[in-house]
Amino acid sequence: MFKRLIVVLVLLGVLVSACATPPTAVPATEAAPTEAPATEAPTVEPVEPFRIAVIMPSAITDMAFSQSMYSALIAVQTEMGGESALEIKYSEGMFKVPDAAAAIRDYASQGFNVVIAHGSQYGASVQEIAVDFPNVTFAWGTDVNTFGMPNVFAYTAAAEQGGYINGVLAAMLTKTKTIGVTGPVEVGDAKTYVDGFVQGVASVDPAIKVSKTWTGSFSDVALMTEAAKTHIAAGADILTGSSQSVVGSIGAAKDNGSVLWFGTQQNQSSLAPTLVVASQVYDWSGMIKEIIANNKAGTLGGQAYVLQLKNDGLKIVFNPDYALSAEIKAAGEKAIADIIAGTITVNP
Amino acid sequence: MPPEKEEIAVRTRRFGSPGMFFNALLPLAGMLLALLIGAVMLLILKVNPLTAYAEMVGGALGSVSGITQTLVKATPLLLVGLGICIAFRASVINIGGEGQIIVGALAATWFPLTFRMWPGWLLVPSTLLVGFAAGAAWGFIPGILKARLKVNEILTTVMMNAIALQLMNLLIRSVLMDPAGITAGTYLAQSERLPEQSWLTRLVPQTLLHTGTLIAVALAVIVYIFLWRTTIGYRIRAVGLNPDAARFSGINVPFNQALSLTLAGGFAGIAGAVEVLGVQHRLLEGITSGYGFSGIVAALFGGLHPLGTIPAALLFGGLLVGGDKMQRAVQVPNSLIDAILGLVVLFVVGSALWSRRWAARRQMAAAKNQKELG
Amino acid sequence: MNDVFQLSVVAGILTSAIRLATPYLYAAIGEAFSQRSGVVNLGVDGIMLISAYASFYIVLNTGSIWLGLLAAIVVGLLMGLLMAFISVTLKAEQGISGIGLYMFGLGLSSLLFKTTIGTVKTVTGFQPVKIPLLGDIPVVGEIFFQHSLLVYGAFLLVPLAWFVLEKTTWGLKNKSVGQNPAAADSLGVNVDRVRYVSVCIGAILAGIAGASLSISLLNLFQDNLTAGQGFIAVALVYFGGWKPVGILWGALLFSTVNAFQLWMQVLGVKIPSDVAIMLPYLLTIAALAITINRVRQPAALNKPFERGES
Repeated sequence: MFKRLIVVLVLLGVLVSACATPPTAVPATEAAPTEAPATEAPTVEPVEPFRIAVIMPSAITDMAFSQSMYSALIAVQTEMGGESALEIKYSEGMFKVPDAAAAIRDYASQGFNVVIAHGSQYGASVQEIAVDFPNVTFAWGTDVNTFGMPNVFAYTAAAEQGGYINGVLAAMLTKTKTIGVTGPVEVGDAKTYVDGFVQGVASVDPAIKVSKTWTGSFSDVALMTEAAKTHIAAGADILTGSSQSVVGSIGAAKDNGSVLWFGTQQNQSSLAPTLVVASQVYDWSGMIKEIIANNKAGTLGGQAYVLQLKNDGLKIVFNPDYALSAEIKAAGEKAIADIIAGTITVNP
Repeated sequence: MPPEKEEIAVRTRRFGSPGMFFNALLPLAGMLLALLIGAVMLLILKVNPLTAYAEMVGGALGSVSGITQTLVKATPLLLVGLGICIAFRASVINIGGEGQIIVGALAATWFPLTFRMWPGWLLVPSTLLVGFAAGAAWGFIPGILKARLKVNEILTTVMMNAIALQLMNLLIRSVLMDPAGITAGTYLAQSERLPEQSWLTRLVPQTLLHTGTLIAVALAVIVYIFLWRTTIGYRIRAVGLNPDAARFSGINVPFNQALSLTLAGGFAGIAGAVEVLGVQHRLLEGITSGYGFSGIVAALFGGLHPLGTIPAALLFGGLLVGGDKMQRAVQVPNSLIDAILGLVVLFVVGSALWSRRWAARRQMAAAKNQKELG
Repeated sequence: MNDVFQLSVVAGILTSAIRLATPYLYAAIGEAFSQRSGVVNLGVDGIMLISAYASFYIVLNTGSIWLGLLAAIVVGLLMGLLMAFISVTLKAEQGISGIGLYMFGLGLSSLLFKTTIGTVKTVTGFQPVKIPLLGDIPVVGEIFFQHSLLVYGAFLLVPLAWFVLEKTTWGLKNKSVGQNPAAADSLGVNVDRVRYVSVCIGAILAGIAGASLSISLLNLFQDNLTAGQGFIAVALVYFGGWKPVGILWGALLFSTVNAFQLWMQVLGVKIPSDVAIMLPYLLTIAALAITINRVRQPAALNKPFERGES
C-alpha cells in the first residue's frame, strides 16, 4: 500500500518538476534580452511616460463597467499625446480576487505611477498592498473609502442621478404607462441606478407602473432577453436596465421594433440606433486626469471622487438618431440643471 | 475507471523501471503539445511565444510572490479535489463543487460576524467546522436524493449550484450586506469585513499565503488515512470498485454513496471558508472562481488519490497563476489562457492511454518473469 | 397573484417557455445520443459557445443565416471529433476531458470574439415565421406557431430523435454499445465508430443550440453567452432518462417555470427575486424526486471500451 502511495507521489513529483524546470531554464535566458530593451527604452527617450495599470473584473469590450474605464483611459491617453506620454497596461476578466491582488501587487512593484483597481471587490486587497508601496498611487472603486491612507483614491458614480433623468424622460415618453426594468442582481450601481430611475418616473407621474425583473446573474444574456420580452408582452413600451447582459434587453427591444431603451454605464446607442433615447455615460476621464495631476503634484491619494452630473463625470448622452421632442428634451435638461443646483436630491 | 487506476498503481509498484519514466513523460508531452498549439495562437496575436511562456513559468515559480501565489491558488483546488477523490472513489460524480463552496463561504461569513467576540483560537476552528457543515449539508441533499429516490447526482448537483448562487445573492443584498455600503449609498455586493481574529495567519509577509494551505495538506493526509486505513473508507472504495460485489458482502451501497457526497460537499465547504478567512476576509461575489470545476481536474490529474492531488493542484494552480502573469506581461486577452488551459487538460488526460498500455505491457512481462522464476 | 392566471399571461408564459426551451432541447437531445452510446460529454457548454460565435461571425460578415447555421454545424462537428478522439480513441476519462473541452470552448470563443469582432454587435438572424392557418388561431397560434425556424426545428427534433434512437438499426447499435460494448463488439458492431458518430451528432446538435442563441433568439454574441446552459442541458438528459420525450418534458418544465418566475416579477408578486430565480432549479429536482425514477443509465456510461479488457 505505502509503496504504491510513494510511487504515485514520486511520479507526480517528477511530472511537476519535469514540467516546471526545463522551460524555466530555457526561456529564462530568452526573457532577459527581450526585457532589457523595454527597461532601457525610456532612458533613451527624453520624457518618461506616465504609467497607469488597471485591473478590471470583466472584459474591456463589455459595453458596460469595464469598458467605461478602459475607453476613458484611452481617451486621456490620446489627449496627452499617445503612448509616449501615457503608458496603459490592463488586466481584464479579473473577477477572482486573489488573482486581482496578485496583479495589483505585481503592477505596483513594476513601478507604475498609478494602479487602478476597478472593482469594489478589490478594496481589501488595495488596503493591504497600498501600505507596502507608499510611492505608488492606488485608485479603486466603486466606493468612497480611502482607508485613511495618503496614497489611496476612491471613486464611485452616483448612478441614481442619471437614473433619475432617464426616468423623467421615460415617464414623458411612455404611452402605455408601463415601463420595464431589467436588472442583474439588486446590488451596487445596478440598484442605485434603478432606484433613481423609479424616483424620476414618479416625479412626472406617480401612476406610471414600473415593473422590475432581476435575473440573478450579471452575464445571463438569454434570461435577460426573455425578461425584456416578458415586459414587452406585459405592455411595457419603454425598457431600461443595467449590467453587461442588458445587450439582450436591447436586442429584445430591437426585435420588437417600437420599444424604446434607456442606457446606463456606456453609450448604448450603437446597439439600436433608432430606439435608444438616451444613455447615462460614466466618464472617468476627468477623474483620471485629476488623479494624474495630483500624482504629479505629489498628492498620491486621500480623496474620494464621486462621478456626478455636477462634475461632468456623469453625462446624459442623447442619441442623435432618435428624434426626441424639444419639449421632453428641455424637461430632461431642466432636471439635470435642478440636480446640479441641488434643488432636486435623488436618494440612492 | 477506478479499478483500472488501482491496477495501474499496483503494476507500477517496482521502482526504477523504465515505464515509470514514461508515465511521467507522457502527460508532459501532452502538455507540451497543448502549449505548442498555444504558441501558434500567440504567434497569430503577434506575440513572441518564448517571451510569453517565460513569463508564465517565471510568474508561477520565478519569485517569492509567484510561488506563494501558486500555493494560494492550489489550496482551494486541493480542498475541493479531496472531496472529489472521496466522491469519485464511490463512483459518485459531484459537479456541485461551486455551490458547496458558496454555502461554505456563506456560513463562514455569517459565523464570525455573529460570534465576533470569540477569541481567535476558538473562532477560526469553529468557523472552519461550520463551513464544512454547510458544504456537507449541500452535498447531503443530492446524496440522500440519490440514495433514497435514485435521483441522478449530476442533475441535482448542477441545479444546486444555481440555487446556492441565488441564495448568496439573496443574503448578500439583505442580511449579510455591509452596513457601511448601505450608509454610503453604494449597496455593494459584499459583506462586512470579518473580525480580525478570525483571519487565517499570513505565513509570508506581503503575500496572500496563509495557514489554510497547511490545513489543506494536513487534510490530504487525513483523507488518505480515511480512505485507505479505515473501514468506512474501505467501504466507500468498495462501492466504487464494484457496487454489486459490495452489496453482496453486506455493504449498504446507497448509504455510502450519500456519505461520500456529503463529505465531498464538506471539503468544498472548507474551501469556501478558507477563501473567506484566508484571502478575502469578507464575502464577495465570484468567490468560487470556478474552483468547483478545476478541483475536479486537479483530483483526476492526481489519480483520485488524496496525496496525488497535492502536486496536481500545485501544477494546475501554477498554470493559472502563470497564465495571469503572462496575460499581464504580454497583454494578450485573458481568454487565450483559458483556451490553452483547456487544451492542456484535454491532451494530458488524452495521454493517459499510452501510460496505461505501457503499464499493461510491463505487467505482462513481469508476470512472465514471475512464472519463470516460480 | 390572480393576475398570473389570466389567459394573456398564461399565453405569455408558454410563448416564453417555448423560446427558452429551444437551446436546451438541441443540446440535451444531442447529449442523449452521446450518452446512450456510453460517452458523457460535459463539454456541451463549450461547444455551444464556440458554435454560437462561429455562426454569429458568419452572419455578421455574410448576412446569410444559412451559412451561419452551417458554420455552427461544422464547428460543432470539429469539436465533436476532438471530444471523440480524446474520449473514444485515446480512452481518456470522460468527465475531465469534457471539462477541458468546456474551458477550451469558453476561452477560444471569447478570444476570437475579442480579436475579430471586438465589441457587442447585433445581427438579423432567423426571424419568426408565422405558420399559415395555424398561426392565425387566436392564442394557440401565438403560443406555438409564430416562432423562428430554429425553434420549430428543436421541437421537430424530438420525434426525429426518437425515431432514430428507437426504430432504426443504427439506434439499436447506439444503444448496444452503451449497454454492453463487449457483446456489441462480438456481434461485429464497430464500437468506436458508433461512439464517434454518436458523439459527433451530439456535438453538432450542441452547435445548433449555440446558433439558436446567437443567430435566432438573441441575435448577438458576448463573452460566455450561454452562461452555463450547456450544463443544465446535461442535467436534463438525466431528467429525461435518456429519452427524447423525457427530455422534452424536462426542458419544458424548466423553461415554463423560468418564464413563470419572470412573469411573477413583472407582475410584482411579493417574493424576493432570488427566490423566484431559484424556482426552476428547485422544481426540476422536486419533479424528478417525486416521479419515481427507475430508468437505468446505460450500463457502459462513462466507461471507455478496450477490446479484450472485460
